[in-house]
Amino acid sequence: MTPLAKLLEAALFSSGHPVPLDELRALDPDASAAAVAMALDELREHYDTGGHGVELVELAGGWQILTRPEFTETIERVQLAVRPQRLSSAALETLAIIAYRQPIGRAEIEEIRGVAVGSMLRTLLERGLIDVVGRAEGLGRPMLYGTTPAFLEQFALRHLGELPRADELAVALRSEPRAL
Amino acid sequence: MIATAEPVEAPFIIELEQFSGPLDLLLTLIRDERVEITDIPIARICEQFLARIHSLGLSDAAEYLEMAARLLRIKVQMLLPRHGNGDEWEDPRAELVRRLLEYQQMREVVDLLERRGDDRRERLGRGVTLIEPARPARPLSLALPELLAAVDRVLRLARKPVLHDIVPRALDVDGAIDTIRALLQLRATARFSDIVSAGAEPWRILSALLALLELARRGELRVRQLRPFGTMDIARDTAGEAA
Repeated sequence: MTPLAKLLEAALFSSGHPVPLDELRALDPDASAAAVAMALDELREHYDTGGHGVELVELAGGWQILTRPEFTETIERVQLAVRPQRLSSAALETLAIIAYRQPIGRAEIEEIRGVAVGSMLRTLLERGLIDVVGRAEGLGRPMLYGTTPAFLEQFALRHLGELPRADELAVALRSEPRAL
Repeated sequence: MIATAEPVEAPFIIELEQFSGPLDLLLTLIRDERVEITDIPIARICEQFLARIHSLGLSDAAEYLEMAARLLRIKVQMLLPRHGNGDEWEDPRAELVRRLLEYQQMREVVDLLERRGDDRRERLGRGVTLIEPARPARPLSLALPELLAAVDRVLRLARKPVLHDIVPRALDVDGAIDTIRALLQLRATARFSDIVSAGAEPWRILSALLALLELARRGELRVRQLRPFGTMDIARDTAGEAA
């Protein structure tokens, strides 16, 4: 591996969260953007072909070293680590509406879902998946919610633009899910 | 010792494994019936919706009831004769269709998020939550005197209920009647303040008032009060005496 690829590996290994590209570039001021991109490719190749238990994944506007899925169950079985909890269907519905319509107020979410979402919003706020991003004009100046970087992380999205556009939805679902 | 738990104010939340809300249930019915969202056979779907919320025990859940009411209203509107020609007729289902389509689209996003989320959950990053190994609880060492002492402390600390002593005190109406009669023997007129002294206890005032009303009823005296809360003038009723 090139020295730059090794440097990136060390930085990514030490981080528990996806590291944004500009932070990776700051590691070596002399390296060009193209050189960093190439080094990342090199590192990914290295993990993919060299027989490793981890892989390099691009998500939430950055890069992260994650374990390969085939080992997760075993790791959980010996209780070394545990997968984060799954969100309920109701929580996902609320989250999906916020992701698409942000910034959005509680009343609009309830209008679309047809149920009260007060406690659901609290749960999502506590989990750091959404945040208050502003206040609407008008009576009572209701709070507006938006998704956080943790949302992108949790759903392995590189950025919000990766969500299918409204007119693409039915098409997007027919195609096979893309591997990470 | 009886401990009563403080009632906790919790919102009434209904969340089923099956349905995340009335729109979800409605969409499921439409799918099961294999009908078009844009052309819902409203009478049939409405009937099934009502049957389902009844069988699921959701008849009390406001959100499901609201949807049931909405469906019933649309059903009625569909039965009304259509005015004007066909072009001007506004489908009463239009608003519901719009909401269902919007909801359906959102459900598709949920499916997508679910898949992506599961994909991510299959991969562990650094700093994932470690499972605390469950340690067996240490055997409890506690002697009976210690336990009793603890109970004693708890009982001491427990707030004592505030008890009020309520002493029944009978009114002395007869005594007051005697007093008033005696006073009116001496004078033809009197005021209420002549009967009851300024700092009198409530039971005395009440007794005097009841005695006054009783004597007025019997016709022994007349009571006159010119305005509310004003002075009460009492006069011997000579006519009553004569009778």
